[in-house]
Amino acid sequence: MKLSRGPFIPIVCAVAILVAPFTGLLPDYWVTLFNYIGISSLVAIGLVLLTGVGGMTSFGQAAFVGFGAYTTGALTVHYGVSPWLTLPASLAVTMIAAGLIGAVTVRLSGHYLPLGTIAWGIAFFYLFGNINWLGAHDGLPGIPPLRIGTHALIHPSEYFVVVWVAVVLAVIATQNLLGGRIGRAIRALRRSTRAAEAFGVNTAAAKLMVFVYAAMLAGLAGWLYAHFQRSVSPGPFGISAGTEYLLMAVLGGAGRVYGAILGAAGITVLRDQLQNFLPWLVGNTGNFEAIAFGAVLVLILQFASNGLWPILFGPPPPPSPPTPRGNAHLPDRPLPAPGTPLLQAQDARKAFGGLVAVNDVSFEVESGRIIGLIGPNGAGKSTTFNLITGVLPLTSGRIQFEGHALQAQTPQRAAALGLGRTFQHVEIVADMSVIENVALGAHLRGSAGLVRSILDLDRAEEALLFANAQRQLDRVGLADVAFKPAGTLALGQLRLVEVARALCLNPVLLLLDEPAAGLRVGEKKALARLLREVRAEGISVLLVEHDMDFVMSLADRLVVLDFGTRIAEGVPAAIRQDPVVLEAYLGGVS
Amino acid sequence: MDATIFLFLLQDGIINGAVYALVAIATVLVFAVTRVILVPQGEFVAFTALTIAALENGNMPSTPWLLLALGCLAAASELVRHFRELTVRRVTRIVLFDLALPIALLLLTRTLAPMKLGQVSNILLAIALITPMGPMIYRIAFEPIAHSSVLVLLMAAFGVHFSLMGLGLLFFGPEGTGTAPLSSASFSLGDLVVTGQSVAVLIVTALLLVLFALFFGRTLLGKALRACSSNRVGARLVGIPTSAAGQIAFALAALLGAVSGVLVGPLMTVFYDSGFLIGLKAFVAAILGGLVSYPLTVLAALGVGFAEALFSFWASNFKEVLVFTLIIPVLAWRSVYAPHAEEAE
Repeated sequence: MKLSRGPFIPIVCAVAILVAPFTGLLPDYWVTLFNYIGISSLVAIGLVLLTGVGGMTSFGQAAFVGFGAYTTGALTVHYGVSPWLTLPASLAVTMIAAGLIGAVTVRLSGHYLPLGTIAWGIAFFYLFGNINWLGAHDGLPGIPPLRIGTHALIHPSEYFVVVWVAVVLAVIATQNLLGGRIGRAIRALRRSTRAAEAFGVNTAAAKLMVFVYAAMLAGLAGWLYAHFQRSVSPGPFGISAGTEYLLMAVLGGAGRVYGAILGAAGITVLRDQLQNFLPWLVGNTGNFEAIAFGAVLVLILQFASNGLWPILFGPPPPPSPPTPRGNAHLPDRPLPAPGTPLLQAQDARKAFGGLVAVNDVSFEVESGRIIGLIGPNGAGKSTTFNLITGVLPLTSGRIQFEGHALQAQTPQRAAALGLGRTFQHVEIVADMSVIENVALGAHLRGSAGLVRSILDLDRAEEALLFANAQRQLDRVGLADVAFKPAGTLALGQLRLVEVARALCLNPVLLLLDEPAAGLRVGEKKALARLLREVRAEGISVLLVEHDMDFVMSLADRLVVLDFGTRIAEGVPAAIRQDPVVLEAYLGGVS
Repeated sequence: MDATIFLFLLQDGIINGAVYALVAIATVLVFAVTRVILVPQGEFVAFTALTIAALENGNMPSTPWLLLALGCLAAASELVRHFRELTVRRVTRIVLFDLALPIALLLLTRTLAPMKLGQVSNILLAIALITPMGPMIYRIAFEPIAHSSVLVLLMAAFGVHFSLMGLGLLFFGPEGTGTAPLSSASFSLGDLVVTGQSVAVLIVTALLLVLFALFFGRTLLGKALRACSSNRVGARLVGIPTSAAGQIAFALAALLGAVSGVLVGPLMTVFYDSGFLIGLKAFVAAILGGLVSYPLTVLAALGVGFAEALFSFWASNFKEVLVFTLIIPVLAWRSVYAPHAEEAE
């Protein structure tokens, strides 16, 4: 594994891990505590990715720890398999279990997902406790320790090395994953599923991928736990433990990988100190640890719901994309000759119950043209956009794009065909930098998957994607804010970010939904200039716009909608004079 | 399985289901009004049963002390949060509700407990002790973060649950008890023996459900709560105080929990932590009902009760596993048919 991203920190960590436990400065008690912190960190890192980044909350991670622990427990105790050989088995079992559970749960929206995880989290706890083969409620004792040659890794200091090497590897893998192409897609999921889908991200698959990845980290933690504890019982795999892991991720700062370690350390030490300190303070009756633990949890949520890491260390650093070597470019899509028919809508119709939003509308777009789609509010312009880009299915009629029928269209397929779009209500990932938002547009132009990202083998491709994103930002005039968080930009700038992102797709047809709304005069002029430039390159533009000066000066042809029906079509000069259009906009002269 | 066993299981299931229905309705109500998924709902059930058990033996229950402790915490929390804008009215309310009421109930319980006044007085006293805990808990834990995401509220609910479990062990001890049945009468219907207790459970549940329907359908307060649940901002704009709505929802939840505790006490041995499983099963029913529909929730709760009875007959070891797995096919169905939606926040 190459440590190109921030090689310094992992190396320092590695030295600390290999030396610290053997110096004798740390008592064994604390080394043991650190081992538990490390094991919990693995689970919490998975949760950071799942919850903080991907927006999926799981109370059930402890069950996956259980899968990892019980797999190695059963294989070593019942069949005498060597502990090192059970590691792949533990990971595989967890992966399969997470794949099956995830297939059912990750597509749930909103709060149903956490509720679902609570339910199966409890179910697995009782399952572990009732299978005799797994020792039922008493668990499996006598799990062998890890061995190197004949030497058993029993002493906490030796195990410390194993645990923390695993943690460091997990941190590197997770950082690599988040920085790469799949990582951007995952980070977009939580804030804007619509944008992610419009640029070709298969959201269900991406969510499942994160879910399985987080579960496998938990499975690894389970394997480490089993061989450190050398026995497993259902207790640590229930819903309370699952909540505790989630709390670690939230305490550290959901969304921050190092925060997970901080959170794991905070919670583990806190619980340990409460166990030591409270009986001494208040005598030995009652379960004060639980009372205090719950109270601390509530207080954290009330006073630091964004977690400790952002408070201590501020916002995340901007990304440092690699620079491309030589003159390498992303291959461009061949564009059709100007004037060839590109998009045909024939009697396209969309009805929402009794309301016909788009009523048998027909129009054509040829390549290398700017077509304006105008009409009063509620005319059905945005719905037409959504029909073309596959967000909504047609009720009847047909839409063809370069000969492909778009009937059973998904946003992802539309993106693959070269339809790049912007949104009427800006769809931007606010906590990601501007350039990463734009690079999301090039999602389909890269191919690096999860494994390539994790192993850091995606650098050359990433360099090309970012170079392209930078070029598009230059074109829209936002080069100087490329590395700012997108959330800090003004609305007009965000619209331009969306245009740059759509251009990053290397589109055949650009669909712009009110791109000039919120722009200042100078910005509008720059945008008009850009669109003319784009047209000159052979890209078509379908433009929904309310700013008549803007659209009239740009468009080759206008299509006018009113109450879902096409009422006029023609060159701007003719539309200006059209009595039907004037009546629709200004009301009839009776 | 023959018909007698089936009928017996059916009766068992319906009775458990009726109790789950009450708890589940409370879960749905609280979620609708405050977006809190009330994990500690089951604690109200267990604490009520334990209180009645203590009163039946003529012992002073620890519940008033718990209430006083919560009252002090609620008072402290509100005083700290509104330190700069304390009005005479607010302070009076805090003193009356958080301090005077628990102390009054404490003195009352101390007087009544040794007198062994009988079932009705025990039940009423227990309900009176448990119900104020709802709004107190809301003000301590949830009101300061009322505008957070569902996830944050859910985690806070788990925090409250952990604390209440600890407090339960502290105040009630680890021993489990049962309470006297509401009615010791029984009669037979064919092969089936129907106990008065089961009839009482059904009557009380049905009565409460009707009362709830009337409350939400006919009274201004009920309608205001419904307004809060369908649109919080809109409700605020028309002058419904959402904080008060949250407190009322929690009070109703505690009340329903307490009644469930009265019903469940004679059916099983209740420990300080028994509430969690009852709450979670009700919660399964609430999810099956989609967390919105009250009639669906009641049906789902009866279904959960019946399924539990069947599972405990067929595979008693895996009863809990199967009950909680029930949720998976429903979720799967939803995941196929529910429209994709952005995260609620």
